[in-house]
Amino acid sequence: MLLALSSDQEFVRETTERFLVEQTPPNEVRRLQRDTAGFDADYWRRGAELGWTSFLVGEAHGGGTISGAGLVDLSLVAYEFGRHAAPGPLVSTNVVAGALSAHDAQTEVIADLLAGTGIATWCAPELRSFHGSWAPTVEIRHDRAEVVVLGKVSPVEAAGQAGHLLVTGRDGDGITQVLVPASTAGVSIAPLRTADLTRRFGAVTFDDVRLSQDAIVGAPGEASTDVDLQFHRTLAILNAEAVGAMQAAFDMTVEWAFDRYAFGRPLASYQALKHRFADMLTWVEASHAISDAACCAIDEGSPDAAELASAAKAFIGQYGAEVVQDCVQLHGGIGVTFEHNLHLFLRRFTVNRALAGTPAEHRQRIGAILDGWEAAA
Amino acid sequence: MSAVSTEGARVPEQLEDLESFRKRARSWIRSNLRRATRDEMRWGRFDGNEEAELAAVARDREIQRKLFDAGLAGICFPRAYGGQGLSPGHQKVLNEELVGYEYPARMQVPTLSPCATVLLEFGTEEQKLRHIPAILKGEELWMQFLSEPSGGSDVAGALTTAIRDGEQWVLNGSKVWTTGAWWSDWGLCLARTNWDVPKHRGLSVFMLPIHQSGVEVHRIEMINGSREFCQEFMTDVIVPDSDRVGEIDDGWTVGTRWMFHERMMYSSPYVSVPDGGSHGGTAATSLLNIARELGHMDDPSVRDLVGEARMLEIVGDELMKRVTESIRSGRLSDQAAAIGRLFKGTSASRISTLALEVAGSAGAAWTDESAASSTAVNFLMRQVGSIAGGTVEMARNVISERVLAMPRERTLDRDVPFRDVPRSRPTGS
Repeated sequence: MLLALSSDQEFVRETTERFLVEQTPPNEVRRLQRDTAGFDADYWRRGAELGWTSFLVGEAHGGGTISGAGLVDLSLVAYEFGRHAAPGPLVSTNVVAGALSAHDAQTEVIADLLAGTGIATWCAPELRSFHGSWAPTVEIRHDRAEVVVLGKVSPVEAAGQAGHLLVTGRDGDGITQVLVPASTAGVSIAPLRTADLTRRFGAVTFDDVRLSQDAIVGAPGEASTDVDLQFHRTLAILNAEAVGAMQAAFDMTVEWAFDRYAFGRPLASYQALKHRFADMLTWVEASHAISDAACCAIDEGSPDAAELASAAKAFIGQYGAEVVQDCVQLHGGIGVTFEHNLHLFLRRFTVNRALAGTPAEHRQRIGAILDGWEAAA
Repeated sequence: MSAVSTEGARVPEQLEDLESFRKRARSWIRSNLRRATRDEMRWGRFDGNEEAELAAVARDREIQRKLFDAGLAGICFPRAYGGQGLSPGHQKVLNEELVGYEYPARMQVPTLSPCATVLLEFGTEEQKLRHIPAILKGEELWMQFLSEPSGGSDVAGALTTAIRDGEQWVLNGSKVWTTGAWWSDWGLCLARTNWDVPKHRGLSVFMLPIHQSGVEVHRIEMINGSREFCQEFMTDVIVPDSDRVGEIDDGWTVGTRWMFHERMMYSSPYVSVPDGGSHGGTAATSLLNIARELGHMDDPSVRDLVGEARMLEIVGDELMKRVTESIRSGRLSDQAAAIGRLFKGTSASRISTLALEVAGSAGAAWTDESAASSTAVNFLMRQVGSIAGGTVEMARNVISERVLAMPRERTLDRDVPFRDVPRSRPTGS
C-alpha cells in the first residue's frame, strides 16, 4: 500500500477497515460460504456509501476521487478487502462503473452501481487471447437496428448477482462493448464453484442475444483501448487485494512465530526460520512497491503502465504464493484447518492469482512488450 | 560528530528548483560528456587490459573534476566541503539526466559512499576539509579496508591491530576484497585497538594512504579473469592520531553507519549513477539481445524467461525506492536497507541463470561478437551479487533481527575479552 497517504485517503482507508472489522469478521466470512450471493445487499449498500464504487466514476455522474487519482484511492479499499478477505463484487462493479462513466453511457445504471443498489460485471476476454490485440471469444454482430451477442465467457465474477453485464466482443476486425441486462432473453448463467468463500463466479452464455444500438458502450469497433484500461484496472485491484491478503497472512505468522514455543524457545529464535521471514518480508515489501507503482502508472496513463501492471501481476502471483504458502508451512497442521483464519487469505490470494492472467502469462507479456511486440501490433 | 542530513541544505528557499536544476544539468551533460558505450555502462567486465583500465580511471577523475567545476559534484554534500548542499531530489534528477552518458563510475562506490559519507558523519572538521573537497574534485579515490581474510561477514571480528605509540599508531594486519586498490589513493581502515575488551568495544577507524611502504597490494584473480579485487598486507604502517576517524575503541559506532551506507549502495543520495529504471541498457535487454540473435523471441517459453528478468529488474527498482523512502520517513529503521540488498543479490543470481537458459548451447561456446559471449562466465560469477557488500545471509539476519525484532542468534563473542574468543585456524593465502 502507498507509503504516504493524504489525510482524506487515510480517512477512507481507515473507515473501510473499521467497517470491515465490524461487519465481516472471519466467522461472518465463514457463514457467507453458504450464502448464494456471498454478501448481504445491505452490507454492499453501506459500503457504497463509504465510496467503494465511486472512485472510477466521473463527478458528472456522481462519483469522484479523493486524491485526483481514482484508481489509487480504490486500491486502498482493495488492500483492506484483501487484509480482511472481505465479501463483495469490488473488482467487477468498479471496472464496469468506470467504463460506463468514461463514455457517459447508461447513467441510470451508473447511479445504481454508485448507490450500491445495483451490481455489474465484466465479461472479459482472456489474456491468453491477446496476441498484440484482443481476440474475445464473444462475437458481436449488427443486424439492422439490433446488436446481436453470441458466445460464452467463463469465469465471470458475480455473474449470478449482476444486473448488468459489460460484454467485450469481436466485431469484424474491431472490438465492441455492449452492456447487456442480465434478464435479456438468450442470456444464461451457470454458477461455478470456487476456492474463495465469498466470491461468486458464473459461466455466461449469450445465445443470439438481441439489443438495441444504445446498448453499445463507446464507439463500435473501437473499444480496444477501453479494454486495455479495464484490464489494467482489473489487475491493479486484484493486485492490491492480493497484497492485503499477503500482509494479513504474514502479520499473523510473525505473531505466531513469537508466541509459539518449541524445544523451550520461540519459533522466531530459529535462524532457519528467521531467514525465511526475511525473504517473506522482502517479497511483501516488493509486492507493495510494484503494486503501488503499477497503480499510479495505470491511473496516469503512463507509457509503461502495461509493463508495470504485468510485472506486478507476475511478481505478486509468483512470490506472493511463496509467502502465503510458507505462512501455512510455518503454522504447521493448524494452518491447513478450516478453523484457523489463515486459509481465508490463502483463498483470496489463490483466486486472484488465477484471474486475469497467470504469472507465466504476464511474464510472457512483459517479454513481448520488451521486444516491441505491442508497438508493432 | 554531526549526523549526515539526507535533506541537504536546510533552508528550502535557497535550493535551486528541480526544473531549473534539470535544465542546467542536461545542457551541461550534453555539451561536456561523451555518449556512453556499452562497455562503459558495464565496467565490471574486466578484460585484463591494465592500460585501458588505468586510462579509464584517469578519465573518471577527469570527469569528476569537470562535474566539480560545473557545480554538479557532491549534490548532497554540504557546500562547506565543496558539495552543492542540494537534496536527494536533485541527485535523482542528475541520475536521470546522466542516462546514456559516461560518468565517473569508479568514483562512486566506495569512494563517495560509504567512505566520504563516513567522513562526513564522523570526521573532524579538519579531516572533512582536507579530504571531501579533494574527493569531489576527483583527486582522491578511496577504498574500504574492512573485510579480512579471517572473516568476511563477521566484520567486527577484525584482527588487524593498531597499537598506539605517542601521537601515532602502528598498524599490522591484512585486508581483502578492496576493488581496485591498485589504482586508488586512500583506505578507510577498521582496526582493533584493544584486545582486552569484548569485540565490538575494542575497534577504531583510521585513514591511510594506500601507496606507501608498509602497504603491499596483491591483486586477486577471480574466476572470470578479473584482477580488480585486491588484498593488502600492512606491516608497521604509521598513522598519525589525527587520521583516526571517531573515538578510540568506538569504531563500531562508525562501523554500523559505515555498513548502512554500504548497503544503500547505488540508492545512496551521495552517489551519482545513471538511472537504470526503464531506460534500457539493463540485464533484461542483454537477454533480449541473445534471444533475438538466436531468433527465439517468438517462443513463448523464451519470452517467459526474458520477461522474468525484466520483471525482477522493475520490481527491484520499485522496491529500492520504497525502502529508501521508508527509511527517510522513519517507517522503517536504517537496517531495512538490508531488504533492498537481499532482493538485489538474489535477483541478480536469478537473472544470471535466466541468461544461461535463454542462451542455450550458445552459452557453452561462442565468438567475441555473439550476444551470448559473456553468459557462461557471468554464470560462473553468479553468486558475487549475493556475496559482495555483505552476504545475503547477513542481510537475512539483519532483516529478521533488526527489522522484525526476532531474537538474535546466540554468539560466543560477547561479554568476553576479544583475545579469548575462539577463532578460525589461520589458512595459507
